[in-house]
Amino acid sequence: MNLQNLWFVLIAVLWSGYFLLEGFDFGVGMLLPFLPRDEPERQTMFESIGPVWDGNEVWLVVAGGATFAAFPAWYATMFSGFYLALLLALFCLIVRVVSFDWRSKATSPRWRSVWTWANAIGSFGASLVWGVGLANLLYGVPIASSGDYTGNFWDLFNGYTVVAGLAVVLVFCFHGANYLTLKATGDLLQRATRTARLLSFPAVLVGAGFLAWTVVVAVDRNDKDVFPPVLPAALGIAALLLAAWFAARRREGLAFSMTALGSILLVATLFTSLYPRVMVSSTDFANSLTVQNAASAHYTLQVMSVVALICTPIVLLYQGWTYHVFRGRLA
Amino acid sequence: MNVLATSTVDLARIQFATTSIYHFLFVPLTLGLGPIVAVMQTQWHRSGDERWLKLTHFFGTLFLINFAIGVATGLVQEFQFGMNWSVYSKYVGNVFGAPLAIEGLAAFFLESTFLGLWIFGWNRLSPRVHLATLWIAVVGTWMSAYFILVANSFMQDPVGYKVENGQAVLTSVWSLLSSTWALYAFGHTIFAGLTAGAAVVLGVCCWHFARGRNVELFRPAATLALIFLVPVSCVNLWFGSHFGILVEELQPMKIAASEAQWATCSSCSFSLFQIGGFTESDEKPSFSIQVPDLLSFLATGSLHGTVQGLNNLNTQYRRQYLRQNGPSQSYLPPVAAIYWSMRGMAYLGSFIALVAIVGAVLSWRRKLESWRWFCWVAVVTAFLPFLAAAFGWLLTELGRQPWIVQGELLTAKANSPSVGTTWLAISLTVFVTLYIALLVVDVWLMRRYAERDPGAAPTEEAGAPAPAVGY
Repeated sequence: MNLQNLWFVLIAVLWSGYFLLEGFDFGVGMLLPFLPRDEPERQTMFESIGPVWDGNEVWLVVAGGATFAAFPAWYATMFSGFYLALLLALFCLIVRVVSFDWRSKATSPRWRSVWTWANAIGSFGASLVWGVGLANLLYGVPIASSGDYTGNFWDLFNGYTVVAGLAVVLVFCFHGANYLTLKATGDLLQRATRTARLLSFPAVLVGAGFLAWTVVVAVDRNDKDVFPPVLPAALGIAALLLAAWFAARRREGLAFSMTALGSILLVATLFTSLYPRVMVSSTDFANSLTVQNAASAHYTLQVMSVVALICTPIVLLYQGWTYHVFRGRLA
Repeated sequence: MNVLATSTVDLARIQFATTSIYHFLFVPLTLGLGPIVAVMQTQWHRSGDERWLKLTHFFGTLFLINFAIGVATGLVQEFQFGMNWSVYSKYVGNVFGAPLAIEGLAAFFLESTFLGLWIFGWNRLSPRVHLATLWIAVVGTWMSAYFILVANSFMQDPVGYKVENGQAVLTSVWSLLSSTWALYAFGHTIFAGLTAGAAVVLGVCCWHFARGRNVELFRPAATLALIFLVPVSCVNLWFGSHFGILVEELQPMKIAASEAQWATCSSCSFSLFQIGGFTESDEKPSFSIQVPDLLSFLATGSLHGTVQGLNNLNTQYRRQYLRQNGPSQSYLPPVAAIYWSMRGMAYLGSFIALVAIVGAVLSWRRKLESWRWFCWVAVVTAFLPFLAAAFGWLLTELGRQPWIVQGELLTAKANSPSVGTTWLAISLTVFVTLYIALLVVDVWLMRRYAERDPGAAPTEEAGAPAPAVGY
C-alpha cells in the first residue's frame, strides 16, 4: 500500500473514530430536552458525557488537520465549497462546546434550559451537516477543472444527501440512547431503555436505507462495482439490525457495541464507495479529486506517517484509560 | 470584477483578523493560568494547606470558563484556512498542514483528554495522579502553542521547503520545527501567556483586597502571581526587543513600518510618539518625540547599526519580485497601523512590568492589601496583557503584508475563488454576532466567579464532587 492510500484509510479511520465516539455524545445531547424529567436527571446526562466529549471532538480536529496535511487540494475544495454548511456546523459546535462548561455556572432554570437546548441543537445540527457533507463527497458536487467548487449552498441538498443527514442523526440518537442505558440508573435508565427501543426502528430503517442507497450511488455516479462497497454496507445493516434486536432484549452492552459498529460502518461504506476518488465532480467526472491528484508529496506523508505511528497508540491508550476511570453507572 | 475581487479578499481578511484576535483573547489565559493553577494544586498537595485547595478551585473555575471559548473558537481557526483561503491552503498544505495535524495528534488530544480527567477526576483518581493530569494538560496546551506557532512562522519566515509545480513542498521537517522564528515566537508567546495568567490572578486578588475581603486567603495567591509576573513581564520585554533584531534580518519591511522609517539610516533615533509621517506622500511627521540611537540599538543590537527604510526596501522588492508579481505591485504594509500596534504592545508591556515591580515591593513590605489605589491599578492591569497580545498579533500579521507567505505568495491571490461576497458577508455577520454574545456571557461569568468568596461552595454545584470545578 502506498502512502497516499494509507492516508486515505487513516482519514477514514479518524472519521470512524469520530462517529463512534462523538456519535454517542451527540446522541445524548440530542436527547437532553426530551429524556430527563427533572434537573438531577439532566445533570446525570451531562455528567455521563462530561469527562469525555472534548477528547471525542479532537478526532474531528485531527481528521481536519490530517486532510489539510495529507490532501491539501481535497481540504481546500471541500472546505471552501461546503462553506455555509461548515459555518452552520461551526456555529453548532461552538454553542455546544460552551454549553458544557457554562450551564452549571448559574442556577436559574431559564439559564440552564438555554444551554440544554444549545447542546441539543448543536448536536443535531452538527450531526446533520456531517451526514449531508460526507454524502456529497460521493454523490458529486459541481467542481471545475481548476478544482474549485462552482455550486451554491442548495446544491448540497438532494434526496440522497438529506437521507444521509437524517441517517446520521438517527443512528447517533440510537447510539446515544444505548450509551445512556449503560450509564444511567433508576427511572432514567427505564426511559433510556424504552427510548433506545423506540429509536431503533427509524434508525435501522433510515440507516439501512442510506447504506443501500450509498452502494447504488457508488455504482451510478462514481464508476464503482457493487463489490466492495456492498460489503461494509451489508455489515452495517446487519450491525444496526442486531443493535435493535439487542436493545429490545435489554442486552445493553451488546446493543451499544452494535451501534458503535454501525456508526463506524456508515463511514467505512462511504469511504469504500469513494475510493480512489475523494470528491466526485458532477460537472465532469474527469474533474473529480482523487487520492492521487489531491495528495501531498511523499516526504510530507512519510513525516506524517511516523508521527501517526508514534502518537496514535499513545492517544488510544490514554483515551481508553479515561473511559476506564469513568466507567460504571452514575447514581 | 476587479473591485469585487478586492472586496472578497478584504472581507476574508477582516474575518480572519477578527476571529484570530478573538481566539487569542482566550489563549494567553489558557497558557498562563493553567500552570499557575497547577502550582496552586501542587502547593496544596505538598503542604496540605486547605487555602491552596480553595485557591485551586477558585482559579480553576476561571480557567475553565475561558478554556471553553478557547476550544470553540480554535475550531474556527482550523476550518477557516480551507474555507476562506483555499488557494493558500493548496499552496502550503504540504508544509503548513503538517504542524497543524501534529498539533491535533500530539497536543490537542492530550490537553482535551487530561483536562476532562482533571475536571471530573477529583474523587476518582488518587491525589497524585489527579495533580499529574493537570500538569499533563498544561504541557498539552504549551505543545499546542508551539505547533501552531511553527505553522505561523512558515508565513513569516518560510524554511525547510522548495516550490514545485506552484506548490510549497516540505523538504526538511527539522528545519521547519527548529525554525529560529518559531522558537522566538514560542518563547515570546509563552511569556505573554504567563504574564496574562499572573496579571489576572494578581488583579483578582487585588480586587478582593480593595474591598477588604478574603485578604488572608488571597495573600499567598497574590505573592505567587507576583513571583511569576515580575520575571516573566520583564524578561518578555527583553525577549520582544531581541526578537526585533531577528525580524530586522528576516522581515526588514516590518521593522521599517513599525518605526515609520522611510529612509535607510544609521544611528537611527526611535520615535516615541508622532503625528503624521505614515504615508508615501507625507513621510515627515509634523510632530514627534525621538530618542537618539535607540532604534538602531533595538533593531540591530548596536547603537550605530543600519536600519533599512521603507522606500529602499520597496524599490528593492519591486526589482526582486518583478517577474512574480508584475511592476505595479507595492510592498508597503499599512504603516500607521503597524507603528501604533508596536507602540501599543511595547508601552503596555512596559507598564505591566512596572506594575509588577511596584506590586512586588509593596508585597515585600506587606502593604499590598492596604494600598487601595494600587489595588485598583492592578485590577485594571489584569486586562492589559490581552490588549498587548492583540497589538502584537496585529504587528506580526499586518507587518507581513502584502504577503501571505513572505516572499512566496501574495495575500490578494490566496483567497477562495468559490467564496463570494455573499457567503463572506453571512459568515462575518454570524461570527461577529456570536462572538460578541459569547464575550458578554464570558465577562459576566468571569466577574461573577471572580467576585465570589472562595470556599463558600456555590449552591448550584450541589451534588457535584468538586464544588467549584464541576460542569
